[in-house]
Amino acid sequence: MILTLHAEWTKFRTAAGTFWLLLAAIGMTIGLGAVADAGAVCSSSACSQDPAKISLAGVYVGQVLVAVCAVTIMSAEYGTGMIRTTLTAMPNRVEVLTAKAVVAAGWALVAGVGGVVGSAVLGQLVLPGKGFTPANGFPSLALSNAGMLRAASGSVLYLVLIALLSLGISTAVRDSAAGIGLVLGLLFAFPIALVMVSNPHWHRHLEQVAPMNAGLGIQTTVGVHSLPLSPWAGLGVVGLWAAGALVLGTLVLQLRDA
Amino acid sequence: MSSTMTPYRSGATVTRDNFLQLVLAEFTKLRTVRGWVAGLVVGALLIVGIGYLSAAGSTGSCSPAGGASSGASTGPASGAASGGGGCGSGTPTLGPDGEPVSDSFSFVHEQLDGDGSITVRVTSLIERAPGGGGDASSSQPVVIPWAKAGLIVKANTTQGSPYAAVMATATHGVRMQYNFTKDIAGSATTVSKTSPQWLRLSRSGDTLTGYESADGQNWTKIGVAKLSGLPASVPVGLFVTSPDNDVTTEEIVGTSTQGGPALATATFDDVSLPGGQPPGSWQGAQVGDNGLGNVPPFTQSGGTFTVSGSGDIGPLASSGGDNNTVSGGLAGAFVGLMAMVVIGALFITSEYRRGLIRTTFTASPRRGRVLAAKAVVLACVVFVLGLAASAFSMWFVDRQRRNNGTYISPASALTEMRVLVGTAAVLAIAAVLAVAIGTIVRRSATAVAAVIALTVLPYILGVSSIGALQWMLRVTPAAGFAVQQTLHQYPQVNGVYIASAGYYPLSPWEGFGVLIAWTALALGVAFVLLRKRDA
Repeated sequence: MILTLHAEWTKFRTAAGTFWLLLAAIGMTIGLGAVADAGAVCSSSACSQDPAKISLAGVYVGQVLVAVCAVTIMSAEYGTGMIRTTLTAMPNRVEVLTAKAVVAAGWALVAGVGGVVGSAVLGQLVLPGKGFTPANGFPSLALSNAGMLRAASGSVLYLVLIALLSLGISTAVRDSAAGIGLVLGLLFAFPIALVMVSNPHWHRHLEQVAPMNAGLGIQTTVGVHSLPLSPWAGLGVVGLWAAGALVLGTLVLQLRDA
Repeated sequence: MSSTMTPYRSGATVTRDNFLQLVLAEFTKLRTVRGWVAGLVVGALLIVGIGYLSAAGSTGSCSPAGGASSGASTGPASGAASGGGGCGSGTPTLGPDGEPVSDSFSFVHEQLDGDGSITVRVTSLIERAPGGGGDASSSQPVVIPWAKAGLIVKANTTQGSPYAAVMATATHGVRMQYNFTKDIAGSATTVSKTSPQWLRLSRSGDTLTGYESADGQNWTKIGVAKLSGLPASVPVGLFVTSPDNDVTTEEIVGTSTQGGPALATATFDDVSLPGGQPPGSWQGAQVGDNGLGNVPPFTQSGGTFTVSGSGDIGPLASSGGDNNTVSGGLAGAFVGLMAMVVIGALFITSEYRRGLIRTTFTASPRRGRVLAAKAVVLACVVFVLGLAASAFSMWFVDRQRRNNGTYISPASALTEMRVLVGTAAVLAIAAVLAVAIGTIVRRSATAVAAVIALTVLPYILGVSSIGALQWMLRVTPAAGFAVQQTLHQYPQVNGVYIASAGYYPLSPWEGFGVLIAWTALALGVAFVLLRKRDA
């Protein structure tokens, strides 16, 4: 297993663009967070915006880059035919997928910690100047604050789960474009459908199963009780989606000819 | 013995490559890949399917929604106060031009026969919002920027009838407004005891002219309103109203509005009705439902009137997140677009992956024309599919909503046409953008992710009303979806002007232009790189 992992790490490390994609993921996460910070205004104690959500808004774009990276780890091998060499050298296919999952999750972890901690620190510096002060009823925005810590650590975990989900889907469909299309479709179609469904009952159920809506509930620090799912349960929903995708990917990998 | 073998020469005459042949070749490529055809059809089906979901999932749109709901807020919480709301059963009050309006205010009136004018001095305007539990006695002072007090001439006291009014507002100065949608700014005075405001409204036939004055001597004209078909004898008098005290919670995805009615109270004196009308014949009336129950409409002591009112006079704006317009069933286009973009990117990147690009460029060495042929073929196919799916979706959702009794904001046939054709065109151009970006980056995953992040993500982020993320719907290709917009934003009405309710920051054609500009730029870069780089 160590050898498999080492092989996968070498393939991943030496692929063109891995490092730049990491920088882009961190940079764009912090960048979009900075834009949201800059535009946020809280003039009185009546404003009920969530400073954690504002400062961590960059996760919405960070997840796209995480998905690109995780999808490519698998589908690129099918695109170039490398998968046949890989499976000849390492015939245990589950082990190969596990090694790829470890590499993808590790990459997402680094990208997530970089982007999320950067965004949180930026938010902590900028948002108090925009009126998110204790005087207006907002607790400290430092990462030592329990709510903020949950929002930040949960966002990193969310990105890791998105990487696993993407890997599972790309293993099942074996094509970069279809894989990334499916992952982003799964993430973005629900919020669009939610906009159109006004029946409160349906709305609530859709929010509970939608991976992005349920998962990013973890960023909520204001009005946690009105969430359709508790923050950690919401992250669990993403975990279930990722597990399902990985199981599907494993089955396809085992049963189909490469 | 050696014989020379004559090499084979094709008998076809040598000509330059024909663009039509190129288009045909590219169409054959697109048509013969089963997965691509399936992808395009799935895209069209997604548009229809999401539309169906919206029609089926909106049957309960009138159940009262809790104020603190997260996500796109459901149902206007303040429907009653704003004169019907946009929700479920029944039609909201309609204005003279057939548009949905709010028309609730306190009216202290006399009858004006024929031409004449009325003058008044407004000496104070304050607003209060009831405290917890809607208890009017425990009300708190608030600032409602568009609280209004002034003079009004109205065809009759039914809601939605034509009117013209001059008024002092809480923070927007003196205005003249008429027939709900028209708003003319006067001076920026804020009324107080020390700076009272004189207002005058005079009628001459169908023409109403509004004047203002700071001292009652020197009058300035604010504006002129033409109200055709105004009866000879009309109620004229003082009015006071105040929109709801709404606090809109902005979230990254979705908004929710909390609040309730507010009560404005204004003091008037020096009322003059020329024409020798006997004083003391004033009648108080409440036009529409004010959401606060019984408010004594006015008290009179000597020449001083104190009038309290709640509601609004103006176009009805979205107070929740519901998109009750003809384009309400077309948000599925965002989802269908994702499938179309995947095919668009694959249309070029798979040529690189399979090495077919070398055959393509050997057969047609002028690379720019290949790119153009690909763009033309894809744009046409996606346009046709998108148009069919959007038309079906719009017809179906419209029918379903009418069956449910949901009121749909009216739109002319021309507007409906623009929404339909525009949506199909946006899909087609986004697919071309995917071809261009695919040519630039040559990797399908990157191209697909880039185009989806540029076109769909801004809408999801723009559903929030956070100002900084709203501008993404101005500068990214997602601005193109403004072609679906059928509503106007009225600055004189506080509404939830967000994309999910059908309001875009740019006008339809400006937004479409932004998408075109992005695509043109990407095609230009793709063209240069395609010629410069080795295939």
